[in-house]
Amino acid sequence: MTLYRPIADHAVLVEFGTAISDTAHAQVLALDQALAANPCKGFREATPAFVNLLVDFDPVQTDHAEVEAHLRRLSDQPLTPRTPATWDVPVCYENAPDLAEVARRTGLSTEAVIAAHLGGDYRVFLYGFAPGYAYMGGLPEPLKLDRKATPVRGVPAGQIIIAGAMCLITTLVMPTGWWIIGRTPTRVLTGDDARPFLFDVGDHIHFHRVSEAQFAARFEPLP
Amino acid sequence: MTRLRVAFAGPHITFQDAGRLGMMRFGVPASGPMDRKAFAIAQSVFSNPPEAAAIEISLGGLALDCIEGSVTFAVVGGGFIVQIGARRLGAWQVHTLHQGERLVIRPGPWGCWTYLVFAGHLITPQWLGSSATHGQSGLGGGTLVSGQEVMVQDARTFPAVEGAIPCPIWARPRPLIHAVLGPQDRFFSSESLDDLATQPFYLTNSYDRMGLRLRGPSLTPVGALSIPSEPILRGSVQVAGDGLATVMLADHGTTGGYPKIATVVSDDLDGFVQLRPNDAVRFKLVSPAQAVAIARAGDRALRAYLTRAC
Repeated sequence: MTLYRPIADHAVLVEFGTAISDTAHAQVLALDQALAANPCKGFREATPAFVNLLVDFDPVQTDHAEVEAHLRRLSDQPLTPRTPATWDVPVCYENAPDLAEVARRTGLSTEAVIAAHLGGDYRVFLYGFAPGYAYMGGLPEPLKLDRKATPVRGVPAGQIIIAGAMCLITTLVMPTGWWIIGRTPTRVLTGDDARPFLFDVGDHIHFHRVSEAQFAARFEPLP
Repeated sequence: MTRLRVAFAGPHITFQDAGRLGMMRFGVPASGPMDRKAFAIAQSVFSNPPEAAAIEISLGGLALDCIEGSVTFAVVGGGFIVQIGARRLGAWQVHTLHQGERLVIRPGPWGCWTYLVFAGHLITPQWLGSSATHGQSGLGGGTLVSGQEVMVQDARTFPAVEGAIPCPIWARPRPLIHAVLGPQDRFFSSESLDDLATQPFYLTNSYDRMGLRLRGPSLTPVGALSIPSEPILRGSVQVAGDGLATVMLADHGTTGGYPKIATVVSDDLDGFVQLRPNDAVRFKLVSPAQAVAIARAGDRALRAYLTRAC
């Protein structure tokens, strides 16, 4: 059942479930898409997450009841999300600081960890934590680990990190308690004002393996 | 061009414009001024456009040397002390700074944040079309550091507007703030909900542009530590496993898995951030409809003030 939760004076949280599921997320994306095509009066922005969509509005122009009515009308029509894009992301697994520890904890060889990671079918569920941190679900079951007890500070951009059922590509120098298993030359924070963030929520990501030499050839340092 | 040099800058002193809206879906909060009303009043003094930048000054204080040119400026927000050379003035005033003079802005009797705006175009770096600074990454206009030069293009002097700007009562610190329960109040006991509505809370020193941690009754969530991460707003009252509440502010994370017991009405956040550590604050719970009425009344008061002042 869909719930519409009013927040403060300026938002409605539309909730499609309580646990992470493909069905709930598909509904989030469909409503997000419908709202972008047909925004309510006073619409400011929508933020998709795992099971809910936050709709922020200007309380001087509209209120929770009007926004909820608009969202219900959108939901009553068949919601068809856009076809998501698929991105190919190269990963260099050489000299990754946590690959050996991930192998030890999962009981796999490092080659098996790499094969499992490459075999995942990843999809961006939401952005969070820091600009451009795209949470990708789809990490294969054998690689699921709790995060480290203590975060590591100063982890650079372009690292492939995993924790729980999630994988993400770091975009800034930030602390993280996730496991660093590789590096990529792909920049999610593109630096291009026309498309500042590479992925849209809902996009699919495939990883492919590159060598240290191939990585070095494709790596462009951030300006 | 008027050139200023930062002689001293305390922590958390940044360039800000009205905010970077519409990027929450990419993990980017709006940032922008902590006290949005003081910022709007400051920009209105010189009829600056909404995208104009200002310098947001924290309790750390700022000293600027004017090394070339002159420019009229306004300092609006909080009860800060403003000094030009040996002349001691206050915030909520307009003055002109001349070559060779030093401008010092430091904490005064009340408030945590003040805004320095210039009659002219403050030149700042931009990120995604905005000079609002995202504190953790430093992206946007950036954090001011000692030795840095600050440029004001097309700087003007306006002797006619020099003097005091009225400080409206609603720009003062606000120790009673309205909040709407939710969106995850269902994870808290009735005792915790009652404590939130009736007990005083105190601001702590865990206070930056991301959020402000409160000391007070423990609001321990019941069985909610594994909810899927969901969007967070400025004003979300988030409760971690230790039962302590944090009010999320301008540079808040955009999503998180801790439950939000309530959300502060936006109109009260400007006055809330002007409270200081150890000040008491109480929550008054209101319905969403009452919250909208408060937002509209606050907007009318700000517009009436700006219309009268200009």
